[in-house]
Amino acid sequence: MIENIDISLIGWSRAQFALTAIYHWLFVPLTLGLGVVQAVMETIYYKTGDEFWKKTAQFWMKLFGINFAIGVATGLILEFEFGANWSNYSWFVGDIFGAPLAVEGIVAFFMEATFIAVMFFGWGKVSRGFHLASTWLTIVGATISAFWILVANAWMQHPVGMAFNPDTVRNEMVSFWEVALSPVAVNKFFHAVLSGWIVGAAFVVGVASWFLLRKREAKFALASIKIGAAFGLLACLLSAWTGDGSAHQVAQRQPMKLAAMEGLYEGRKGAGLVGIGVLASGKQYNDGSDPFIFKVEIPKMLSFFAERNLNAYVPGITNLLEGGYTQRDGTPALSAQEKISRGKLAIQALARYRTAESDSLRQQARAALDENFRYFGYGYIRHPADLIPPVGLTFYAFRVMVLLGGFLLLLFAATCYLSYRGRFAAKRWLQWVCLASIFLAIIAGQAGWVVAEVGRQPWAIQDILPTSAAISKLPASSVRLTFFIFLTLFTVLLIAELKIMLSAIKKGPEIG
Amino acid sequence: MTYILLQHYWWFLVSLLGAILVFLMFVQGGQSLLFTVGKTEVQQKMLLCSTGRKWELTFTTLVTFGGAFFASFPLFYSTSFGGAYWVWMLILLCFVLQAVSYEYQAKKGNLLGKKTYQAFLVLNGVLAPVLIGTAVGTFFNGAEFVVNKQQLTEALNPVISSWATPWHGLEAALVWWNVCLGLAVFFLARVLALLYFVNNINDNEVQRNARRQLPWDAALFLVFFLTFFVRWLLQDGFAVNPETKEVFMQPYKYFINLVEMPAVLATLLLGVAGVLLGVARTALCSAWRKGIWFAGGGTVLTVLSLLLCAGWNNTAYYPSLADLQSSLTIENSCSSLFTLKTMSYVSILIPLVLAYVAYAWRALDVHKISRQD
Repeated sequence: MIENIDISLIGWSRAQFALTAIYHWLFVPLTLGLGVVQAVMETIYYKTGDEFWKKTAQFWMKLFGINFAIGVATGLILEFEFGANWSNYSWFVGDIFGAPLAVEGIVAFFMEATFIAVMFFGWGKVSRGFHLASTWLTIVGATISAFWILVANAWMQHPVGMAFNPDTVRNEMVSFWEVALSPVAVNKFFHAVLSGWIVGAAFVVGVASWFLLRKREAKFALASIKIGAAFGLLACLLSAWTGDGSAHQVAQRQPMKLAAMEGLYEGRKGAGLVGIGVLASGKQYNDGSDPFIFKVEIPKMLSFFAERNLNAYVPGITNLLEGGYTQRDGTPALSAQEKISRGKLAIQALARYRTAESDSLRQQARAALDENFRYFGYGYIRHPADLIPPVGLTFYAFRVMVLLGGFLLLLFAATCYLSYRGRFAAKRWLQWVCLASIFLAIIAGQAGWVVAEVGRQPWAIQDILPTSAAISKLPASSVRLTFFIFLTLFTVLLIAELKIMLSAIKKGPEIG
Repeated sequence: MTYILLQHYWWFLVSLLGAILVFLMFVQGGQSLLFTVGKTEVQQKMLLCSTGRKWELTFTTLVTFGGAFFASFPLFYSTSFGGAYWVWMLILLCFVLQAVSYEYQAKKGNLLGKKTYQAFLVLNGVLAPVLIGTAVGTFFNGAEFVVNKQQLTEALNPVISSWATPWHGLEAALVWWNVCLGLAVFFLARVLALLYFVNNINDNEVQRNARRQLPWDAALFLVFFLTFFVRWLLQDGFAVNPETKEVFMQPYKYFINLVEMPAVLATLLLGVAGVLLGVARTALCSAWRKGIWFAGGGTVLTVLSLLLCAGWNNTAYYPSLADLQSSLTIENSCSSLFTLKTMSYVSILIPLVLAYVAYAWRALDVHKISRQD
């Protein structure tokens, strides 16, 4: 008798990974963004020799250091959770997925870890030039680290550069550059790093605004705001551009995610983009009911973003499950049930290949496997409806990200204009808004990851391996226990970090 | 580059990373000595200042070790991490505590108080070396897992690796020889830390305390290491038939590995000599402060040679006690030829990485830790 996988194990494994990733992404964006700001400030110090800039840079570095350690710690757990909670995944695609993680360690982590020590402890012990180089190398290392992690993540969303080997029962890399420079990876890298820059910029502008509100350290605060706001504005503009690229790529490669992002059940030509809307509860993909209680739509924009054509057809959730519509290449789309059937054929062919007693039988099985491998992952799916990601969460998270991103762009533009015109210090209401915007920037980044990760469910690797087939065989109670241990630990450490950071901010740079 | 050569090359690199990690665990050793060598608050601050500038390197080496293992031997990553769940979770938890404690312990508003974070550092200092040593012990004494790749074709239960006990790795702590290696690693980490303090801290009292503690920890290290080592030389090992790939028990396998790989034997002897020289001369000569470099280098060479014996010369490096033929070898658990070859090009950067780590280390350590820090 076959012992089935416990469904709650899948849930707890996903919950644990999501928990760790969410906490990790609370700290990493600040590292990426604040790191650049402090490096710019130290560069000004190096160029001018003005002690003001040294103390300004040191103040932000102190906050950077408080934040850095916990980001590193949660990152370590994420790396090992791939093996601990997703062991089948680790074997099935480890040949491809492990490489970016190893490159990250060799190329990026050592750079970061080595030079951060010089950055923190090297003042007065190494030359100014070496110290400045160390500060830049720290953030370059952190950014390269982000690149390789995002390459790995992008590969899960859009697996390329690989071939399935039935002898080893895994996917194997056939093109490193296809994996490393996939358009999805490159776009994802820029979009995610830019979102980190936005968080860093919002943090600098927000904290500096707090000093203005308290009528302290005005020179330091205004100088920091000028740099932070300009940096944030640049990051927002670039982020809007890469965001558009990201949405286009989702439309091309993950149409179900796009449909969930838009709450689009019935596809159409000239589809509109939902600006704001409220989804109806209890909607089933095949009940024909209106998915929205109300919505405000921008006509034809979804078609434009998805296909660069105002009148292009965009399939909805129902179409993607029932198939039959004409795809870009002119072929009719298969239904989910057909894909599931072909996935099962692929799995059965693999089983026959592994047990075949003659070469001819093995070749027959191999041919059947190759013919159906594109749908391999569907063989583990039980019902077509299981292919629908959580629509509500994906839909609302997307809107939160976009609306907050637009708000932050306007905020940085206004702050930039007023600060360079010397009028920001008088705008106390704007200083309050800037202070609150620290949290809004963090929420926008988190919402973006919710769209990316929740929207691709049920896949661990798009079309190749669902999460239900990617897990480790563990008692659900064990994973539940570690989930709560991590939840408690991360929460306590987050509170500790916030308290330490607030204490350091209250103390201020003491420039006078 | 042939596939077999690349498998051996990557086992060498993973072993080297593991060996460097054991050396860098002097940071953990130093943490465990916080209240032993540091008699006053100022002394404790100096100790934390000294190891606090190096903890990230240990941490990074652990991360890179994990990444390199994942990339080169993914079946080990999948089987061990997904199976020996509790051991790895404990290791991760104690490293999380370490990562934040250095930064938080001296900061205002740290929520839990300075003593709590220092206790976390001591906890990490004790648990990390013991657990990692115990986990490595399973390379020679086996673990309770089964691998069945055919399982992937069972749609309702496609997990290929499963653990044969409900303890998910904790049972390794009931095997004396695993624990013995864990304790040897723990006391080695303390010995290295004492040598590092002697080298890195310009303070007479700390120097005196460290030198006074050194013989005790060195003696305990020798007791546990020699116990493990002698048994290791005499024990049956997990050999692989190069023709049939069948795994079988071979008497004196690891001793035979040393004899059949004289370069590894020479590395081992050189490493042991380095450790002994570093410890003995520091203990005997009160003005000598370079013991860490001899003992550290010796540690790297010794651990490297032990790990090479685990995987090279037709040996199963992660033996299964539940199903001998599920045992992992560098051949049946490695990545594809293409991936190993690609990763080998990346590995050319390793000397550059080591060079800038050494440069930055030296630049900081030119100024020794003193009471002014």
